Amino acid sequence: MPGPTAPHPWQARFLVVESMWIWYRRNWRATVVSTVLNPVFFLVAMGFGLGSQIQPGAATGGYGYAVYLMPAMLAAGAVQNAAGESTFPILSGFKWSRVYWGMTATPITPAQVATGQLLWILFRLVFSGIVFVIVGAALGVVTGAGIILSLVFAVLAGMAFAAPLVAFAATIEGEGTAFNPVFRFIVLPMTLLAGTFFPVTELPALVRPIAWITPLWHGTELARAAAFWNLEFWPVAGHMAYLLALTGIGAALAVRNFRRRLGV
Amino acid sequence: MADDPLVLAEGLTKRFGEFEAVAGIDIEVRRGEAFGFLGPNGAGKSSTMRMVACVSPRSGGTLSVLGMDPDTDGPKIRARLGVVPQQDNLDNELTVRQNLQVYGRYFGLSRKHVRDKATELLEFAQLSDRADDEVDPLSGGMKRRLTIARSLVNDPELLLLDEPTTGLDPQARHLLWDRLFRLKQQGVTLIVTTHYMDEAEQLCDRLVVMDKGKIAAEGSPAQLIDRYSTKEVLELRFPPGQQDPAPVQDLGERVEVLPDRILVYTTDGEASLAAAHTRGVTPVSSLVRRSTLEDVFLRLTGRTLVD
Ligand SMILES: Nc1ncnc2c1ncn2[C@@H]1O[C@H](COP(=O)(O)OP(=O)(O)OP(=O)(O)O)[C@@H](O)[C@H]1O
Ligand SMILES: [Mg+2]
Repeated sequence: MPGPTAPHPWQARFLVVESMWIWYRRNWRATVVSTVLNPVFFLVAMGFGLGSQIQPGAATGGYGYAVYLMPAMLAAGAVQNAAGESTFPILSGFKWSRVYWGMTATPITPAQVATGQLLWILFRLVFSGIVFVIVGAALGVVTGAGIILSLVFAVLAGMAFAAPLVAFAATIEGEGTAFNPVFRFIVLPMTLLAGTFFPVTELPALVRPIAWITPLWHGTELARAAAFWNLEFWPVAGHMAYLLALTGIGAALAVRNFRRRLGV
Repeated sequence: MADDPLVLAEGLTKRFGEFEAVAGIDIEVRRGEAFGFLGPNGAGKSSTMRMVACVSPRSGGTLSVLGMDPDTDGPKIRARLGVVPQQDNLDNELTVRQNLQVYGRYFGLSRKHVRDKATELLEFAQLSDRADDEVDPLSGGMKRRLTIARSLVNDPELLLLDEPTTGLDPQARHLLWDRLFRLKQQGVTLIVTTHYMDEAEQLCDRLVVMDKGKIAAEGSPAQLIDRYSTKEVLELRFPPGQQDPAPVQDLGERVEVLPDRILVYTTDGEASLAAAHTRGVTPVSSLVRRSTLEDVFLRLTGRTLVD
């Protein structure tokens, strides 16, 4: 009896994405505030509110503060959304909703669940990034088509943070209190120090290396360079290489950890 | 081909660290039969089921499912299996219908196919009127029914049910048995674990009793009763703590003392009861019945089934 066969590995990954999309279609309202509105609040409060007190100068590349902030906030928003999407939802898949266990009872493999989950995060970052760009354009802080490339770089920075974090989340057994230090000691300082609101060169020399290791700093450098169209080959290649490496290593670890946890 | 066993295991072992949850078992499940696993809590039933379901790699021995090796052909095998895990893993934030459709899609089935299939399975599980409600507020038994319906979404050849009826009310249990009988008639092979003896006795062609990771006995329900128990059982009930097995010890082949009663295993229950009365034994109540799988279970594992 020639029964049904397993879907192609790429189809399998997209079926994982599809199931999350179906969830999202029902539940997106609950996520809108944190994923779309938060970065907009930052842009408005900092860019227009605080920014009204800041003169365009060398530090802002000669742009008004809100314009200067726009591409960086795009990157910071992507990294923040990445943090949210890569922590509790992952733990839930293993532990509370247990949906990952349901998926792997079908032809879908643990590795495909991991890569499908990462793909879904990628799509989420793209959606919210697009909405943010539209809002920015409406507010008049987008200077040109370079913002599209900024969006790509922002999403890359988000994935460079998401992939290792998903790998970490896949090892968490408890109630998720292990994520608190991640938000408190990584996400928050990163948002404040990685060059979003002021150039890293303004930081004390001792603190600068902390900014340099964060994916957000690399993403911010790239996103600004793209938005203001002053891309230079070597810096761009260096930042991209770093972000791609983090994404690749993180994804490989995520696959390994999903396999270990779901294949007991 | 048709005679090839659907599941064949030899020396199948599952270790968690040092601990051997399944300690080398041999099983053979043939196409079209209903095969049962009985055993006390922690016997290794679910660990075995998870290996057969190709979600848990074996630690030792050989295993073939649908003629393939789970280590190398997991996805291909799983494409043809239906699985009801002991613990539900429904997507609580989707609707009842969406749960069926999304799950069907994981098998690569078309959207149209899963739409039609979902409607059919909602009917099967008697959940049509809740189709568009979210799963979260459903009762435990409804969720269980949905999990069972979900396992059928790919028209499996082999259905693995780990305690499918736990949490179901008697009506829903009977409904499920009826459905399982029908699936069996359609040629679907069933592997079931259960703590309900009546269920095992009615449904299973063959079953094994597992204890501490090993198979303690194997056979059809009738064979097992024949081999491990007597024809009849005399139950003598006493107030707790006031039972003394000494006077009835020789009235049957075997005597079992439970907290609230004494069981006398005998070929003629009425005769044994009369003898007990002659000896001045005065139970609160007495009962003569046929031997059941419960008695086999008690004999083999030293435990009652539902504890
Ligand atoms: N992931 C695991 N890690 C460590 N030990 C485990 C794991 N899964 C099961 N065990 C152990 O293996 C043994 C057998 O468990 P299993 O779930 O197979 O029993 P069972 O026969 O299904 O019992 P029950 O009737 O309670 O469902 C138990 O002692 C259990 O603690
Ligand atoms: Mg079990």
